[in-house]
Amino acid sequence: MTRTLAELKSKANYLNVAFGAKSWLLTKDHKRIAILYLISVTTFFLVGGIFAGVIRLELMTPAGDLVQPDVYNRMFTMHGIIMIFFFLIPAIPAVLGNFILPLMLGAKDLAFPRINLASWYVYMAGGILGVYSLIQGGVDTGWTFYVPFSTTYSNTGVTLVAIAAFIVGFSSIMTALNFIVTTHRMRAPGLTWFRLPLMVWALYATSVIIMLATPVLAITLVMLALERSLHIGIFDPALGGDPVLFQHLFWFYSHPAVYIMILPAMGVISELIAAFARKRIFGYSFVAFSSMAIAVLGFLVWGHHMFVSGQSIYAGTVFSILTMLVAIPSAVKVFNWTATLYQGAVSYQTPMLYALGFIGLFTIGGLTGIFLGTMGLDTHVHDTYFVVAHFHYVMVGGTIMGYLGGLHYWWPKISGRLYPEFWAKLSALLVFVGFNLTFFPQFIVGYLGMPRRYHAYPPEFQVLNVLSTAGATILGVGYLLPVIYLVWSMRYGRKAPANPWGAVGLEWETGSPPPQYNFHETPVVDHEAYDYHHEAEKPKVA
Amino acid sequence: MSATGETTALQHHFDSMEQQRDTSTLGMWTFVAQEVMFFGGLFTAYLVYRVLHPKAFEIGSAHLDIWLGGINTAVLIASSFTMAMAVWAAQTGRRKQIGHFLVATLILGSVFLGIKAYEYNHKWHEHLVPGSHFALDSPYEDNVELFFCLYFAMTGMHALHMVIGVGLLLWFIVKAYKGRFTPEYSHPVEIFGLYWHFVDIVWIFLFPLLYLLGRH
Amino acid sequence: MSEHIVTPKTYLIILACLVILTVTTVAAAFQDFGDLNNLIAVGIAVTKAALVVLFFMHGKWGSRMVKLAIFGAGLWLVFLLMITWFDYWSRGWMDGAMPF
Repeated sequence: MTRTLAELKSKANYLNVAFGAKSWLLTKDHKRIAILYLISVTTFFLVGGIFAGVIRLELMTPAGDLVQPDVYNRMFTMHGIIMIFFFLIPAIPAVLGNFILPLMLGAKDLAFPRINLASWYVYMAGGILGVYSLIQGGVDTGWTFYVPFSTTYSNTGVTLVAIAAFIVGFSSIMTALNFIVTTHRMRAPGLTWFRLPLMVWALYATSVIIMLATPVLAITLVMLALERSLHIGIFDPALGGDPVLFQHLFWFYSHPAVYIMILPAMGVISELIAAFARKRIFGYSFVAFSSMAIAVLGFLVWGHHMFVSGQSIYAGTVFSILTMLVAIPSAVKVFNWTATLYQGAVSYQTPMLYALGFIGLFTIGGLTGIFLGTMGLDTHVHDTYFVVAHFHYVMVGGTIMGYLGGLHYWWPKISGRLYPEFWAKLSALLVFVGFNLTFFPQFIVGYLGMPRRYHAYPPEFQVLNVLSTAGATILGVGYLLPVIYLVWSMRYGRKAPANPWGAVGLEWETGSPPPQYNFHETPVVDHEAYDYHHEAEKPKVA
Repeated sequence: MSATGETTALQHHFDSMEQQRDTSTLGMWTFVAQEVMFFGGLFTAYLVYRVLHPKAFEIGSAHLDIWLGGINTAVLIASSFTMAMAVWAAQTGRRKQIGHFLVATLILGSVFLGIKAYEYNHKWHEHLVPGSHFALDSPYEDNVELFFCLYFAMTGMHALHMVIGVGLLLWFIVKAYKGRFTPEYSHPVEIFGLYWHFVDIVWIFLFPLLYLLGRH
Repeated sequence: MSEHIVTPKTYLIILACLVILTVTTVAAAFQDFGDLNNLIAVGIAVTKAALVVLFFMHGKWGSRMVKLAIFGAGLWLVFLLMITWFDYWSRGWMDGAMPF
């Protein structure tokens, strides 16, 4: 049987162009690297989830009966470190962004494919070191590594974990460098800045933050490791050093890191809302600029983590006021997404369920952030479960909802298969219900005064903690389901057409899965993003 | 960094050499911006501790050799000049001279590192290296030790960047004498030059901050 | 753009300027200008850095993006330095040491 060249061309895609471990491990294709990242971050997510499970189990009862206090300290520390550095920060940029950014730009690849591959190896090197230190006994400082506990008093492997976080930081710097340069130099003809999908704006803003914030964490961790291992004390109070300086440098990175986690999710949500409301995003340029505004303002508010640290109250006041400013661009986004839904042809497929969940949960997370940014209230609820609930609403309710929504939305493009809609809707529902049941009680218990990072608590808090643990169980099922049915769909799912959602965007104009170099011909763009109105007027082709 | 290891040929994902060149230049500048923030953390620590302990920083400064520091500044500035000349030679197709200028840069870079090593050694003998070995007869002994913590962290991180630069230079020199760099393919030399000049700029700030302030 | 060719003559002039500024800053370090000491040293260093960025690194002829990267890096460094410094500077104000 002979096939024509055109037929062969239409069958070839990035998945079947080559086989074998070598073709994956040495690939320079951004799509394959995205898959490598997908597997790695999912693994770390599951590991981090196990730690969360142990924490919730321990907190079922007021007494510390499941694990020893020092084991509990390691559990919440490793949960934080793995979830933040190894999952939340790389999740959307390195998996979805890596896959979708060149497709959205109409480019053949990212600007530096080798650096892209190197970033995955650097990530894995950091990850393996992290896992190794885990086996060596983990670390008990909390993910914040505050000195002087981390430099002087902790008996755990702080140096190793700090080096692991340092290494992983460079992997995200490499990805960010690639995204910035690619967005500037690799756009298809006619694809001007204001024709870009909002996902690209969000990834660009995220990359700017990564480039300017991560190196500060890197050098801070180097100073920490030097102080711990060589006993040259840069933050050592005995020499006149100041532990609060460590907090300044740490939060200069780690506050913007919150935006590194949430901004890409906001980009995903913009894509989902437009696609499933069949409308151009209301106030496109406001949403685009709000991403950039968050990127800039996010750097000026780090001191709101330090209201009770001994920081000057005048600095605290300034930080508190600036924190209110960040709320504005965030609120602009939520308002514009809601306005987009108005009179839209809304359909409730799985990605849209996640998007709607995101809007609600992020709004709660964001508004409680304003409570915490107010110096007076923060002094009251600082280091309580109120704070824990707040940032889980932003990071889990925001980032992970966005990540899962995006993963479902682009899954047909990534795998060439459709996922089972019933199971996907069920899991979206379980995630939403489980999430709220887990974390809403924590707002209450925190406001009542239960401090974070303790393995035992007064008995009157037990009911709320049991509710939280029950919710975590449902949430766990909700997260495991997609792992199962997405893997299942790769073999048994129905074959996906090029554009299963009838969405607008360059990524939907190429095959599912895309060919090796994304497009057989470089696309030319002559319309704005989310051009659904224009699309509806086009004659339907059978 | 960036596209230094790429082949002369146009890579598959670019449309033109011009695009490829622009892309790698922008990539290197973005990397340099990242480096600014990397050293920025150290400069912040310096600023804060200088404000907190002005007297100790004056004493610490006085223990550094202003002449060695000054000579090293001149050496590094000269190496930046030869690096710039290597870029010029690459852009104008003077193939032999690219190698010569790079060798000159390498020698100057090594002289800098040699003088730095001598200074470090000297500090060790003067018991000015932080740690249990540190000893200074002064009421500000502890705070001066903090100054030297910063001195070694800042100059050490700078020296590490110099060592990486010297390593890369060796590779560039081999390629240059093989005639790999042409006016059409000069951008690897250019973007390496950006890195070298950046490391020079860091020293331009380190010299007055560590050696000069509070001297008079 | 990045292809701009700068002549050796320009490079030599810049080299001379850098050497002169280095000598100046060392000489100035031995004089006491009071409060101006730090300002002079840092000012000369900024001037030298600017010469290297503009001429040796071809920043003067760089694309708009390159200029934005330079400006952005400088601005963010100022954010980090100044906001952190503001905390330490304002710590004594509670005790009546407010400078205004």
